[in-house]
Amino acid sequence: MNIRHHLSDELLVGFASGTLEEGWRLAVATHLALCPNCRARLTLMEDAAGELFESISPVPIEVSSFDRLKQRIRNGERNRSASPRQPTEAVKMVSPPTIPEPLRTYLGGDLADLKWKSLGRGAYHIPIKLADRSTTARLLRIPAGKPVPEHSHGGRELTLVLRGSFHDGELLFARGDIEEADASVEHQPVATPGQDCICLAVTDAPLRFSSWFMRLLQPVLRI
Amino acid sequence: MIQEAEGIVTGAMETILAISATAGPDIPFVRPEHESLVELGRYKKRGRMIEPAGELTNDEACSLLEAVGRDGDIQSFETLFRYYGPRVKAYMARLTRDPNIAEELMQEVMITVWNKAGQFEATRGNAGTWIFTIARNLRIDAYRKNRRPDFDVNDPAFVPDDTKSAENALADRQDATRLKDAMKDLPQEQIQLLTLSFFDDCSHSKIATKLNLPLGTVKSRIRLAFARLRAALEDGK
Repeated sequence: MNIRHHLSDELLVGFASGTLEEGWRLAVATHLALCPNCRARLTLMEDAAGELFESISPVPIEVSSFDRLKQRIRNGERNRSASPRQPTEAVKMVSPPTIPEPLRTYLGGDLADLKWKSLGRGAYHIPIKLADRSTTARLLRIPAGKPVPEHSHGGRELTLVLRGSFHDGELLFARGDIEEADASVEHQPVATPGQDCICLAVTDAPLRFSSWFMRLLQPVLRI
Repeated sequence: MIQEAEGIVTGAMETILAISATAGPDIPFVRPEHESLVELGRYKKRGRMIEPAGELTNDEACSLLEAVGRDGDIQSFETLFRYYGPRVKAYMARLTRDPNIAEELMQEVMITVWNKAGQFEATRGNAGTWIFTIARNLRIDAYRKNRRPDFDVNDPAFVPDDTKSAENALADRQDATRLKDAMKDLPQEQIQLLTLSFFDDCSHSKIATKLNLPLGTVKSRIRLAFARLRAALEDGK
């Protein structure tokens, strides 16, 4: 695979430090599964953070703290799940899935298992359930040769291609490529002819107004 | 190493408060939802303090971690605890003013270190980075209520490293030393931005507001910092 469009330093630092909200993190982690280049950059950032961590001003600890820890160890207490990335039992599959982890778990399966909802004009989507409400994530299927439907967004948008490809102006985005756009970017992605394009799209969640009047005005004011 | 002291206890509190204060008022105080915190009352009484260990080389730390993983050696673990415990607690204290919460999270991290030491790969490893990533993951889980999606190296759809990117990674202990030296040479302004990013939960835009810098300056300084580190590692090849 030849990935041309990579993660920005900002997104990678956010991933490495843990500041990214769930939706962004999902797109970044899924890109990382496909992109050794960005993983090498991530490793460098984590190592740099590890160095900073070595030189942090230490805070004194009570002697009883270690006794308590020893007691917990003797009691055979297991940690909570916070381990670094570790090889687990390899999953045996006949052919590798198209959708990598962690996205596959969020969707509940690979391409063949998905239940698409029509958006009209041959486009489909699947909303992805996130615990975090500040971002919205969904899988999009854009018909070959057609533009991405209902495309207006106020904030940041991440688009990660999983199958097929799309053009945005001069730029081609294929499997593994990630496009980062903000409100200032006017763009019109068009799926490449020949194959439907499947991608993960994450945006800032639309503002939710408690007043029905404001909700009614939302489409008019485009907020 | 061990000292009786009321004075040191107060000193510790001041350090924690000072650290919390540098985090700034815009960082909300969030109480992590940890079951064990229910029992906080037990630890209110302050006793004798462990003085943080000052020096531990990466080679030493790697050997200690191996001894813990291989033999379950509690003495090696205590040496690691004396060095890393106070650092993990300092890292945790940057997001909370409550020293009891920082202490609890530190305990969780060190229990994880004990349990997972067997999985540490000393040959390509940096002990500090390994412990830091455990602390970071635990901190994300404690302070953010949502899930923490991550890639899975054993997923059949995962694209493994090609040789070229493997070369770029921190592949051996020499690289660890090279990176340490390169970090020392970074300008203070770049170190400050990395610290705010990695320890104080600040996004680029939050840093820009906090330091009253244009967002573009923040971005370019961070980009420069990593470019320098990358160059330093490649020079050694």
